[in-house]
Amino acid sequence: MNAKKKRRLAFAAALIVAGAGAAVLIVSALKDNVLYFRSPTDVADKVVREGVAFRLGGLVEKGSLHHGAGAQVSFTVTDGKSAVPVSYNGVLPALFREGQGVVALGAVGNGGTFEATEVLAKHDEKYMPPEVVESLKRSGRWKEGEQ
Amino acid sequence: MTGELGQLALCFALALSLVMAGAGLAGARLDATGARRTANGAAMGLLVFVGLAFGTLTYAFVTSDFSVALVANHSSTLKPLIYKISGVWGNHEGSMLLWVLVLAIYAALVAGLQRGGERLTSAALGVQGLLAAAFILFILFTSNPFLRLDPAPFEGAGLTPLLQDPGLAMHPPMLYAGYVGLSAAFSYAAAALLVGEEAARQQWARAARPFMLIAWIALTCGIALGSWWAYYELGWGGFWFWDPVENASLMPWLVGTALLHSALATERTGAFRTWTLLLAIAGFSLSLIGTFLVRSGVLSSVHSFASDPTRGFFIMVLIALAIGGALALFAWRAPGLQGGAPFETISRETALLLNNVFLVAACACVFVGTLYPLVLDAVNGTKISVGPPYYALTFAPIFFALLLLVPFGPRLGWKRGDLKSAWRSLYPALGLAAVAAVAVLAIISPRTVAATGAFAVAGWLIGASILDVRKRKGARASAFAAALAHAGLGVTLLGVAGTTAWRSEALTVLAPGQIMTVGPYTLRFDGVTREKGPNYIADRAHIALMDDGKVKATLLPEHRLYPTEGQDMNDTAIRTTGLRDLYLALGDDRGQGRFTIRAYVSPLAPLIWLGGLVMALGGCLSLFGRLRVRATEPQASAQALAAE
Repeated sequence: MNAKKKRRLAFAAALIVAGAGAAVLIVSALKDNVLYFRSPTDVADKVVREGVAFRLGGLVEKGSLHHGAGAQVSFTVTDGKSAVPVSYNGVLPALFREGQGVVALGAVGNGGTFEATEVLAKHDEKYMPPEVVESLKRSGRWKEGEQ
Repeated sequence: MTGELGQLALCFALALSLVMAGAGLAGARLDATGARRTANGAAMGLLVFVGLAFGTLTYAFVTSDFSVALVANHSSTLKPLIYKISGVWGNHEGSMLLWVLVLAIYAALVAGLQRGGERLTSAALGVQGLLAAAFILFILFTSNPFLRLDPAPFEGAGLTPLLQDPGLAMHPPMLYAGYVGLSAAFSYAAAALLVGEEAARQQWARAARPFMLIAWIALTCGIALGSWWAYYELGWGGFWFWDPVENASLMPWLVGTALLHSALATERTGAFRTWTLLLAIAGFSLSLIGTFLVRSGVLSSVHSFASDPTRGFFIMVLIALAIGGALALFAWRAPGLQGGAPFETISRETALLLNNVFLVAACACVFVGTLYPLVLDAVNGTKISVGPPYYALTFAPIFFALLLLVPFGPRLGWKRGDLKSAWRSLYPALGLAAVAAVAVLAIISPRTVAATGAFAVAGWLIGASILDVRKRKGARASAFAAALAHAGLGVTLLGVAGTTAWRSEALTVLAPGQIMTVGPYTLRFDGVTREKGPNYIADRAHIALMDDGKVKATLLPEHRLYPTEGQDMNDTAIRTTGLRDLYLALGDDRGQGRFTIRAYVSPLAPLIWLGGLVMALGGCLSLFGRLRVRATEPQASAQALAAE
C-alpha cells in the first residue's frame, strides 16, 4: 500500500511541477511574443511604438506599387481612412494585387515607413483575410465598391 | 440518380450506426450474445453503406456530374483524374464524408478483429456507433454533399490550385486515418469503463494498441506530408509555420505519442491505468477540436472551407457531448479502478512517466498558443497572432529535454531499473554525440549553439538506437520498432537544425543571361517561356545550374495561372542531393524579360521528412509484430496475461 501511495504522490508531484513549469514558460513567452493586428488608422493614431513588430492589414492602394533597386518594393496599405507606406525586400506573393487585401508582418521604422519582413496575400479571389474585413468594416469602407 | 443513391445510402448508414450504438452498448452486458452479433453485423453494414455513399460521390466527381452542387463548385472537366478524385475531399462536405468513411472502416476492423473479448468489443462498437451517428447527422443536416443544382452548369468552378498537388491529394486521407484512428482508442477506453469488469479494464490497452499504432503512423505520415507540401508549394523554403491548422494536427500526435508509451506500461504491469484512459479520451478530443478549428472557419487559412455558423455550432455541440460524456463516464467509473503493480523510482515506468509529462506539457504549450488568440478575440476583440518565437521559447526547450531522456527509457527494466548500468551502456552514444558536436563546431560555419546542441542530441538519439539494434541482434523485427522510431526523431532533428542554422538565401532581379550565386551554386537565368498545362498556363523560368562554365542541370520553377479557378500560384523547382536542397522560386515580372528569382540552399532539409518516414516505419514494425504474435501465439499471449 505504501509503495502505491508513494507512486501516486510522485506522479501527482511530477505533473504539478511540469504543469507549473510549462505555465511559467507559456505566460512569459506569451507576454513578449504576441503579434498584434493593426489597421493603418491604428498606426496613424500612434497606437504602435516604433520598432515593435506587428501585423498590418488593409488594402493595397491603387497605383502605389513601386519597384526599387533589386528586389526592393514599396506600396501603401490603406483602410480608406488612413494609409501607411510599406517597404519590403522580397518576393511578393503570387496573389498580391493593387486594390486587394494584404497582411504584412514587420515594424514601423524611424521614418514612419512600415518595414515588412513578410507579406501575405489572400489565397484566392473569394478570400479576404478576416482581420482585413474587420478593419475595413470599422473604417466604413467594407464592400463600398459593390453598393 | 447517383446523388439520390448516395443520399439514400447515407440514411441507411445512419440507421445502421444507431443500431450499432444500441446493440453494441446492450452487448456490454454479460449474457447479451444476440445484441453483440447484431452490433458486429451493423458495423459491417455501416461500412458497406458509407462506402456506397462515398463511392457515389467519387463517381459524380470522376464523371463531372455538375448536377450535384458540390461537384459543380469544386471540380471541372479540365482537371486531371487524380485531382478529380482528390476533389472529393478537397471541400467541407466531402471531407466530412471521408471522415465518416474512415470511422466506418475502423468500426469494421474493431468488429472483425474482436480484440479484447466479445463484451469489450461490443461496448467499443457501441461508442463508435454513437460517434458515427453524430457525424452522419451532422453531414445530413448541415453539410449534405448530394444537394442538386438545377439547371446543371456546363462547367464547374474548379478546385483551389493549392490543393492540386499529389502530396496534398494524400494528405487529408492520411490525417483522417490518424484522427479517426484515435476514435478507436477512445471507444475502447470508454468501453473499458462501461464494461466495468476488472479483466476488461486490464485488457483494453492491449486490445486497442493496433488502432493506436495505426493512428499514430497515419498521423506521423500525414503531418510529414503536410509539412513537405508547405515546403515546396508555398515558396518560402520553410517547413513548419506554427500555423493553427498545423498545430491542430500536431496536438493529437503529441498526445497520441504519450498514449502509445503510457499504454505500454498499462498492458505490461498495469501501471498508469487511469492516466492511460484519460489520455485516450484526450487524444480523440484533440482530434475533434482540431476538426472544429480547421473546418468551422474560425481560423483563416486554406483549410477553412466552411464559414457557416450552424456547422461550427453543431461541431461544438458534438465535441462538448463527446468529451463531456467521456469525462463524466471517467469520473463515474475511474475511482473504482484497481491500481497497478508498484514500481521503484528508477524504472521503465518512471521513464515512461517522464515521457508523458514532457509530451503533455509540450502539447499544452501548443494548445495555449493556438487557442489564446481565439479566446482573446472572443473576449475583447483584440486580434493577435502567436508566432514561431513563442514556440521557440516554450515548445522547443520542453521537447529538447524529452529528447535528452529518450535513450534511458529502453535501458531501464520494468518495475526496477539500474540507472548506473543504463548510463554506462550509453557511453558510445555519448561519444557519438560529442563527435557530432565537435564536428559541427570545427567544420561548419556559422557556428551556433543551437545547431551544435541539436547535432549532439541527434547523435545521442541515433547512437543509442544503434546500440539497441546491436544488443538485440537476431531478435524479431518488431523488437527494433522503438529503436527505429527514436532514431527517426534524431534524423528529423538533424534536418531541422541544418536548415534552420545554415540555410542560405539569395533574392535578385535577373535579366536573361545574367548569373546569380547562392551558397556553393552558380545559376544562370535563361529567360521565361509560356507553357500550357492541362488546366493552367504557366510562366516557366529556365535556370541553368552551372559547373565550371558548363550547364550541369536545368531547373524550371513556374508561376501558374489557373483560368477556371481565377487563381495563380508558384511551383518551385527543387534539386536535391539527398543531403542538401537547391530550391528555386520564380517571383514577379519586372518587365523587359526581367524576373525576381528567389533561391535557397537548405542543408539537410530532406532529413526532416526522412526522419518522419523512419518513425512511421518503426510504428509499422511494431504493428506487424503485434499482429503476427496474435496470429501465431495465442496461447503464449494468454499465458502472459494470466501470469500478470
